[in-house]
Amino acid sequence: MNTRLIKALDIQKLVEYLCVRANTVLRRDVLEGIQKAYDGEADGSVSKKMLKVLLENTETAEKEKLPLCQDTGMAAVFIELGSEVQVSDGDIIDAVNAGIEKGYAEANLRKSIVADPVKRDNTGTNTPGVVHVDIVKGDKISITVMPKGFGSENKSRMVMLNPTSTDEDIIEFCVDTVRKAGPDACPPYILGVGIGGTMEQCTLMAKKALLRTIDSSNPKSHMADIEAKIKKRSNELKIGVMGLGGSDTVIGVNIMETATHIAGMPVAVNVACHALRSASGTL
Amino acid sequence: MSNPKVINTPLSKETIADLKAGEEVLLSGVIYTARDQAHLRLCRMIEDGEDLPLEMEGQVIYYCGPTPAPEGKPIGSCGPTTSSRMDKFTPEILKKGLKGMIGKGKRSGSVVEAIKNNAAVYFLAPAGAGAYLAGRVLKCEPVAFEDLGPEAIYRLEVSDFPLVVGVDAAGNDIYDKLPS
Repeated sequence: MNTRLIKALDIQKLVEYLCVRANTVLRRDVLEGIQKAYDGEADGSVSKKMLKVLLENTETAEKEKLPLCQDTGMAAVFIELGSEVQVSDGDIIDAVNAGIEKGYAEANLRKSIVADPVKRDNTGTNTPGVVHVDIVKGDKISITVMPKGFGSENKSRMVMLNPTSTDEDIIEFCVDTVRKAGPDACPPYILGVGIGGTMEQCTLMAKKALLRTIDSSNPKSHMADIEAKIKKRSNELKIGVMGLGGSDTVIGVNIMETATHIAGMPVAVNVACHALRSASGTL
Repeated sequence: MSNPKVINTPLSKETIADLKAGEEVLLSGVIYTARDQAHLRLCRMIEDGEDLPLEMEGQVIYYCGPTPAPEGKPIGSCGPTTSSRMDKFTPEILKKGLKGMIGKGKRSGSVVEAIKNNAAVYFLAPAGAGAYLAGRVLKCEPVAFEDLGPEAIYRLEVSDFPLVVGVDAAGNDIYDKLPS
């Protein structure tokens, strides 16, 4: 088998770029989702005015290289590491954290990470990031940085449903998560939903599901059907932007599913705010 | 749609009494940032009978932890954080004369009650629009708890800060009708 050498410094530089890019340039699919919500809102309503503010916010952020949101998040970093790759001149995890530190320092992003969850001293670097590595075939490294704010992370939930649970039970858990989040986590929301696997795998799928574009559907028709029902039912709550009412409470639902055990049906919902941020690159 | 009401800090009794839940407001003047850890410290100081690092009477607190200011700008992105995390501290701080709060999301029943009892007001700022709001801040300087970094108390001078009245002094809550 051939081995391709990739320098740790190149990984660091890519992560640095992706941290800045994700925090200042909104994903096009998400921007389109907000634009559609704006177009559909009644003229003259306060909700429409606030959706306009969100659109202007993305323009200001991009033009002035300012973060879209002051909560520049905890950096979740997804790495697909080709099995033919060997990282040279350093360690991959160290390189990722060095990239986060540099990106957050140089672009004036907020440092929101505390070293110890109980003592709560800020590390001052926004590290450590949360790094997930998957080994894949090939000789490349693909990296995605998702800076996740905690306004929405705090409203995320998971449940171990019974194996005989119905579609309705899954849908109701997801809609209830939106109901409980209410106006607090910056609606309109995007929901990443994990179904199946084990407890920790299910929550990770919920997060990964947020990486899929929000205007796409799950390729399996029965899953796409559940996605559509969750979205429809969530929008019937009429929470709307800032909780001011309106037709768009959820602008995207993405399910990721996998095999699970005969005794269970794990379901996790990772709530994302309207500033769902991520950026990807490949070496 | 009526034009937003223009108000200034410190908030007078008359100004507050005139605000109604759901109304749009443009606020100018001085406001102070404070979020989780600053609230915890303020309440401990109140408990210990210490003087607070700022005079609360008539003031407005903004639940916000801004990003660092880029060169040549007073502040970075500066949108609101979730207000409900401050709910357990708010009644004590209102007793010290605080008159306004700016944040995002619902307040607890006991906070709505305390707002009513203290003739105060809770405003909502556009959530997740930190870059937009940065343009409404003229000046930013730390005044207390600097060791907390983004969670320090900053004194902001704002101009036409766009807000919506969330809970008015009569205890009317804009979120009363939402499903819970």
